[in-house]
Amino acid sequence: MNFLALIGRVVLGFLGHIGRLTIFAGTALSHCVRPPLYPRLIGRQMIDIGYYSLPVVGLTAIFSGMVLALQSYTGFARFSAESAIANVVVLSITRELGPVLAGLMVAGRIGASMAAEIGTMRVTEQIDALSTLSTNPFKYLVVPRILAGLFMLPLLVLVADIIGVFGGYLVSVYKLGFNPGVYINSTADFVQPLDVISGLVKAAVFGFLISLMGCYNGYYSKGGAQGVGAATTNAVVSASILILITNYLLTELFFST
Amino acid sequence: MSSAPKIHLKDVRKAFGDKQVLNGIDLDVAPAESVVIIGGSGTGKSVLLKCILGILNADSGVVDVDGTDVTHIPASTRGEVNKKFGMLFQGAALFDSLPVWENVAFGLMQGERMPRKQAKERAIETLAKVGLAASVGDLSPSELSGGMQKRVGLARAIAGNPEIIFFDEPTTGLDPIMADVINDLIIACVRDKGITALSITHDMHSARKIGDRIGMIYEGRLIWVGDAKTVDRSGNEYVDQFVNGRAEGPIKMQLRR
Repeated sequence: MNFLALIGRVVLGFLGHIGRLTIFAGTALSHCVRPPLYPRLIGRQMIDIGYYSLPVVGLTAIFSGMVLALQSYTGFARFSAESAIANVVVLSITRELGPVLAGLMVAGRIGASMAAEIGTMRVTEQIDALSTLSTNPFKYLVVPRILAGLFMLPLLVLVADIIGVFGGYLVSVYKLGFNPGVYINSTADFVQPLDVISGLVKAAVFGFLISLMGCYNGYYSKGGAQGVGAATTNAVVSASILILITNYLLTELFFST
Repeated sequence: MSSAPKIHLKDVRKAFGDKQVLNGIDLDVAPAESVVIIGGSGTGKSVLLKCILGILNADSGVVDVDGTDVTHIPASTRGEVNKKFGMLFQGAALFDSLPVWENVAFGLMQGERMPRKQAKERAIETLAKVGLAASVGDLSPSELSGGMQKRVGLARAIAGNPEIIFFDEPTTGLDPIMADVINDLIIACVRDKGITALSITHDMHSARKIGDRIGMIYEGRLIWVGDAKTVDRSGNEYVDQFVNGRAEGPIKMQLRR
C-alpha cells in the first residue's frame, strides 16, 4: 500500500509540475503580446543570448563539421562514396547538428544563468520588490528572456550552419584533398531551403524552451543557495531533455512522408 | 477610530499545506498612523504584509485598502493599487543588476514612465533625504554596507510618494547606532509626512520608537493591540514575555533536546 501511495505521490507531483509549467508558459506567452514591453531589456537579453553565445556555438559548430567530414570519409571510403561527404555534412549540420548542438550549448550557458539570476532574485525577495513597485515580474523578467530566446536561437543556428559547413570544407579540402570548387558546388546544389528552414524552426522552439525552463525553474526556486543550485540544474537538464524530445517530434513533422 | 481606516483586515487567514500561518487577523490602520506588529520568527508577520500587497493570496477574509476590497483583485489592477504602497524589505531586496539610483528611481521609471534624466534627479534628491550622497547613486548595491542598503531601500520605498509604507524588519542585522539612524529616518520620512505605516519587527526599541500602536501576533492571531506607550504594561503575559525577552513564560520555543 505504501508502495502504491509512493507511486501516486510521484505521479501527482509530476502532473502538478506539468500543470504549473503549462500555466507559466501560457501566462508568459500572453504577456508577450500585451504591452507594455521593455525594449531595453529585450535588447540586453538578445545580446546576452545571441552575441555572447557566438564563440561557444561557433566552436561547437566548426568542430562538429570537421569531425563529421572526417568520420564520413572513413566510413564512405569503404564503398567509394567519398563524393557524398559534402552532402552529408550540409544535411547533418542544417537539419540536426546545428540546431541541436547550439540548443544544448545555449541551454547550458543561458538556461543556467537565467535560472540562477531569477532564482537569486526570488530568494532575496527582489521579485516581490518588483510587484511592490507596480512592475509585473512576468513582463519584466520572463517576457524579455522568452522573446530573446525565440528570436536569437534561429540567428545563432544560421551562423552555426555556415560555420559547421565551413568546418567540413576545411577538413575535406585541406586534409582529405577535395577540390574546393567542387565541394562548394556540391554543397550548394544539394541543400534545399526546407533543410535550413526546418533547422531554424527547431532553433526557435529550442530557444523558447531554454528560456521557459530557465525562467520557470528560477521563478519557483525555494530556499537559499541550495534552492538556486537545484533550480539551475533542473533548468539545464529539463531544457536539454525537452530539446532532444522536441527535436525528434519536429523531425517527424517536417520529414516523415 | 475617528476616520475611515486606510487598511482594514477582517478575519484574514492563510495556510501553507497543513500549517495555518494566519489564523484570523483583524486589524484597522488609520490614515497617517504607524502600527508596528511584533512577534517571534515564523509567526506570520511577513506573510501578513504579503497578503495585503497581493504577493500572496489570503485563503479567506477581507483586505480593504481605502475602503476597496483588494483581497482577490486581478493582476491587471493590482499594479494600480500597489502604486499606493512602498515597502522596505528585510534584506533591502535591491536589484543587484542596477546601480543604486536606478533602484531608487525604479518605480518612477517603470510604474510612472518618468524619463530617465528626470527620474535620476528625483533619485538623487531622495537619496539625500536618507542621508546618502549623490555619488552613491552610481554605485552597485553590492558595494554598499548593510545600513546603506537599508537606506537605499527606504529611499526606493518613499521615492514614489506612497500613501502607505510597509517596513519588514527595518533594523534587523544593523548595529544599534545604525538601527537608530534608520528609526529616525523612518520617523522623518513617514510620520512627519502623514504617511500610513505598517511595520513588522522583533526589535522592541524600534517598535516603541516608530509605532503609534503596537500589535502582537502569536500563532497566527493578533493577541494584543494597544498604544505603543502601554506595551510595557499591557497586562498580557505573552506580550510581557516577548517585550522583556524572557525564555520562561507562556510562549514555548520548540527546541529539541
